[in-house]
Amino acid sequence: MPRLSVWFVRCSLVYFLLGLTLGSLMLVNKGVPFAAWVWSFLGAHMEFLLLGWMVQLAMGVAFWILPRFGSGAPRGNELLLWAAFAALNLGIWMAALQPYHMQSWLALTGRILEAFSVFLFVFGSWQRVKPLET
Amino acid sequence: MPLLTRIFIKTAMVYFSLALLLGIIMTVRTLAGTFPVYIHLLVFGWLTQLIFGVIYWMFPKYSRQTPRGHELLAWITYGALNLGLVLRVIAEPLHAAQGSQLSGSLLVLSAILQWLSGLTFVANTWSRVKEK
Repeated sequence: MPRLSVWFVRCSLVYFLLGLTLGSLMLVNKGVPFAAWVWSFLGAHMEFLLLGWMVQLAMGVAFWILPRFGSGAPRGNELLLWAAFAALNLGIWMAALQPYHMQSWLALTGRILEAFSVFLFVFGSWQRVKPLET
Repeated sequence: MPLLTRIFIKTAMVYFSLALLLGIIMTVRTLAGTFPVYIHLLVFGWLTQLIFGVIYWMFPKYSRQTPRGHELLAWITYGALNLGLVLRVIAEPLHAAQGSQLSGSLLVLSAILQWLSGLTFVANTWSRVKEK
C-alpha cells in the first residue's frame, strides 16, 4: 500500500471512531437524556462518517488499487493527490466546527475545500481508470 | 474469501434489502422512529458492514501466522455490530411511539455495542494499514 493510501485510510479510521463516538453519545442521549447539547454533534457526526470515513477510505483505496501507468510515475501526479488529502481534511474540520463558531464562512470554505479536494482526486485519477494492458 | 467476509457481506445484503423494504413502507405509512432506522440500516448495516468484510479480506496481511489479525476480535466486531443494530431497529420505533425505561435502556445498549464494534474493527485493522 503506498504511503498516501496509508494516510488516507488511517485518517478514515480515526474519523470513523470519532463519528461513531458522537453518534453513540447521541443515541445514548436519546435513550436516557442527560444533556441537550449532545444534539449539536449531529452535523459533525454526519461530516466525519460520510466525508471523513467513507469518502476518504474510497480515495485511499482507489489510489492504491487503480491500474498503474507503465511508464513515468506509476500512480500519476502524487502531489495532486496529497493536495486532495490536505484539502479534504481541512474542509471536513471547517464544516464540522461551524456550528460552534457561528461563522457561516467557515462551513462555506469547508465545503469549497471538500469539493476542490474531490475535483483534484478525480483529475488525478481519471487516466488510471483504464484497461490494465494499456 | 474467508468465512467471516462471506458472513459480513451476506448480512450486509440482507440489511440492504430490509432498508429498501422499509423505504417502501415509509412512503405508504408514517411510522414514528423509522427514518433513523432506515438511514442506519443503509449506512451502518449495509455500507459499513460491507466495507468491514472487504477490508478483512483484502487489506495487507498482518503477519504470516495470523494474516488477518486477531480473528476473535473480528468476530466480536461482527457480533457487536449486528446485535447493536438489531436492538436499535427494535428499540427506536418503540421509544419514539411510547418511550419507556426498557426502550431507553435498549437504545443505550445498542449504542454501546455499535461503538464497541467500531473500536474492535479499528483495533484489528490499524496494523494492516501499512506500506509494502
